[in-house]
Amino acid sequence: MRKGVSLCISALFATMLVAAPGYASTFRWASQGDILTFDPYAQNESFNNTFNSYVYESLVQYDKKFAVVPQLAVKWEQIAPTQWRFHLRPNVKFQEGEPFTADDVVFSIHRQLSKRSMTKSYLVGVVDAKKVDDLTVDLITDGPAPVLLRQLTDVRIMSKSWCEKHNVVEVQDYVAKEETYAVSHANGTGPYILKSREPDVKTVMEANPHWWGKPEGNVTEIVYTPIKSAATRTAALLSGEVDFVLDPPPQDLPKLKSDPNIKVVEGTESRTVFIGMDQKRDELLYSNVKGKNPFKDLRVRQALNMAVDREAIKRTLMRGQSIPTGELITPEVYGYDPTIKVPPFSVAKAKALLKEAGYAKGFEVTLDCPNDRYINDALICQALTSMWAKIGLKVKLDAMPKAQYFAKINKLDTSLYMLGWAVATFDAQDALINLVHTRDGKGSGEYNDGSYSNPKMDALIEKIKGETDVPKRLALIHDALRMHAQDVAHVMLHQQIIPWAMRKNIAVTHSADNRLRMWWVHVN
Amino acid sequence: MTAFVIRRLLQAIVVMLVVAFVAFSLFQYVGDPVQLMMGQFATPADRIRLTHELGLDQPFYVQFFHFVVNALHGQFGVSLRIGKPVSVLLAQRLPATLELSICAALLALAAGIPAGVYAGLRPNSWLARTAMSASLLGVSLPTFLIGILLILVFAVKLGWLPAFGRGDVVHLGGWSTGLLTRSGLLSLIMPTITLGLFQLTLIMRLVRSEMLEVLRADYIKFARARGLSDRAVNFGHALKNTLVPVITITGLQLGSIIAFSIITEQVFQWPGMGLLFVQAVSYADIPVMAAYLCLIALVFVVINLIVDLLYYVVDPRLRIDRAGASGH
Repeated sequence: MRKGVSLCISALFATMLVAAPGYASTFRWASQGDILTFDPYAQNESFNNTFNSYVYESLVQYDKKFAVVPQLAVKWEQIAPTQWRFHLRPNVKFQEGEPFTADDVVFSIHRQLSKRSMTKSYLVGVVDAKKVDDLTVDLITDGPAPVLLRQLTDVRIMSKSWCEKHNVVEVQDYVAKEETYAVSHANGTGPYILKSREPDVKTVMEANPHWWGKPEGNVTEIVYTPIKSAATRTAALLSGEVDFVLDPPPQDLPKLKSDPNIKVVEGTESRTVFIGMDQKRDELLYSNVKGKNPFKDLRVRQALNMAVDREAIKRTLMRGQSIPTGELITPEVYGYDPTIKVPPFSVAKAKALLKEAGYAKGFEVTLDCPNDRYINDALICQALTSMWAKIGLKVKLDAMPKAQYFAKINKLDTSLYMLGWAVATFDAQDALINLVHTRDGKGSGEYNDGSYSNPKMDALIEKIKGETDVPKRLALIHDALRMHAQDVAHVMLHQQIIPWAMRKNIAVTHSADNRLRMWWVHVN
Repeated sequence: MTAFVIRRLLQAIVVMLVVAFVAFSLFQYVGDPVQLMMGQFATPADRIRLTHELGLDQPFYVQFFHFVVNALHGQFGVSLRIGKPVSVLLAQRLPATLELSICAALLALAAGIPAGVYAGLRPNSWLARTAMSASLLGVSLPTFLIGILLILVFAVKLGWLPAFGRGDVVHLGGWSTGLLTRSGLLSLIMPTITLGLFQLTLIMRLVRSEMLEVLRADYIKFARARGLSDRAVNFGHALKNTLVPVITITGLQLGSIIAFSIITEQVFQWPGMGLLFVQAVSYADIPVMAAYLCLIALVFVVINLIVDLLYYVVDPRLRIDRAGASGH
């Protein structure tokens, strides 16, 4: 009976949709975690940033190829080496009716630069924002800032008067005992309006009828439900209770692909997964080699690099869903050098190199690895231990959940570790600064957890940061990336491919930053 | 009596302090919330500042001390994950967990006692034998597996019941209930069975063995000899006497149902305290974890206290201060 009724209803819906294409369509989706807060500067977590972007907009945004295009700014120019001028979109209103002006931009930049902001990193290099007139703003930087525009895609603009009215001029203080208004209320200029929010249960958004832009998709209502358990998430998609799952569990993919009502869209992610090595200490923390550090020897690093059978990892563990690489960044990222090849796989050569370095009998070392962060992370590490065993290394695996893992390796409490890096700005500079530059405690080399250090490399990176001539800068980036590969600063493994699963009637645009851009979603 | 209750409440405070202390000694291994809050590009200075502000750079006993002092002022801090006060979060989640737990306990009692009585009266009938073997399955299958199997059959294959969530809820004052809406009731079915199945089989087996034991007792034989009806003997005399241990076990199990609803809540995305705790663990959300563990300790202590008091009511032999109390 119930089935009959629901069949009638869905038939009714189907005819309605045919009759009026683009008419009201609800998009119900799920993934593992929930939205954390709607204060766009109170947390810096990729999924949360994605959700905030439905409500709050930035000066500029990415198009489908990750080129920077206008959003709240219609055009911009660099009027001095450290001064950028942005011309704002006229006649834009916030969702609660406040007109959007230069004051809001200046306020938002200052709020985001304030002490308790968690998203300050998107404004690295920005010193100040100045209003020129109602629709013109200047950003002052401390240098040429070649990636400023890309950083600004994640700098969301709030309404000054709204923040003042609701006492949220300051970003939430987690030490205080109170929540702030902006945690569960939002007022941006974006295509969707926050309707209701119940943490860990449901968040509902509605299309903003007064949005300045024209949506490419047709979603008029978003219902988001976090579903923590992987099996339940798959079940909810199969039973039709949700239309889209951002993170289908790898083990369920064959089942999902074989279901006639489901499709799986696979796309590359701008993330490479690699192994880092402690190249600084004179003696490794977790090894039986005493008095010296084998990873300081280029030949040992080359041996580790050559002993990895990336194709085997792709074939068996990843079921074809990875792209082996020897390069720090992926093709989606600006600065990618197509001439850098995947390192050759040769056990014999690797053994010879180890022997040459004086480790003919190999040595023992511990590999630290997360088990819930990257696709098949712990399994890949397990495979690596057996691949390296073939050249005589005794690798002990220590796998742990990400909350503990990153706390450990960020303290440099490791000898050999796995890391994945997705370049948020889609420019090689950020990967080079964070992963390859010498760790200086002032912001460079923050994730260079193996403390690789090469003065020539540092000089190159500093030049890249200051070079405004586009072709020259690209050449410098290529030099740095080639040096990174030749030095085997990291043992690069592969680029991840991420699957999104959905009902057959959903059409989405897969993005290499794993963000679902709602304004491109079609419900047919 | 009053002295007894006061003594037990004082013990409760000690138990909660110990639980909190152990919890804080473990929190240094759960990971670094700052890393998760600030993302990968935060500067070292900012990270150090926030770590310091949150007090995470202090030894655990200092953090524990601050927690106790704040708790005495009724403050449990804000969740590092969702920025809401912990007390508000727990209060919002409590109804979901309690409704689920009580429904599961009722299911266990309503089905477990009659089944146990039947199996005790007719131990050799095929129905009793089938129920006994099935109960072995209930005891040995892990909760999450039962939940997922139910979802596969009733949500995916048959499409009768929702796979996750609590359905629509009605707010009555500070209490949110799913018992008043159709979708709420439908959503309750599978989690209730999943959570209650273990207790059901436990109670059934317990009642059965108690019944078998009691039925051999002299006073039962005597009652039969007096020519009392089967109904009066079985229910008036036998069942009544099996209930003392059943009450004890049910009471104690209610505590574990509430505490171990974590798994059921995770499988069904049931928005209760257990799910809140699981999410908190994966985010190293220390204020939520600490408050939850203390609350669960409190629940156990209170239930223990109630069970102890029930003994006084049910078992007259314990009422030593009442002269002239007599057995049946």
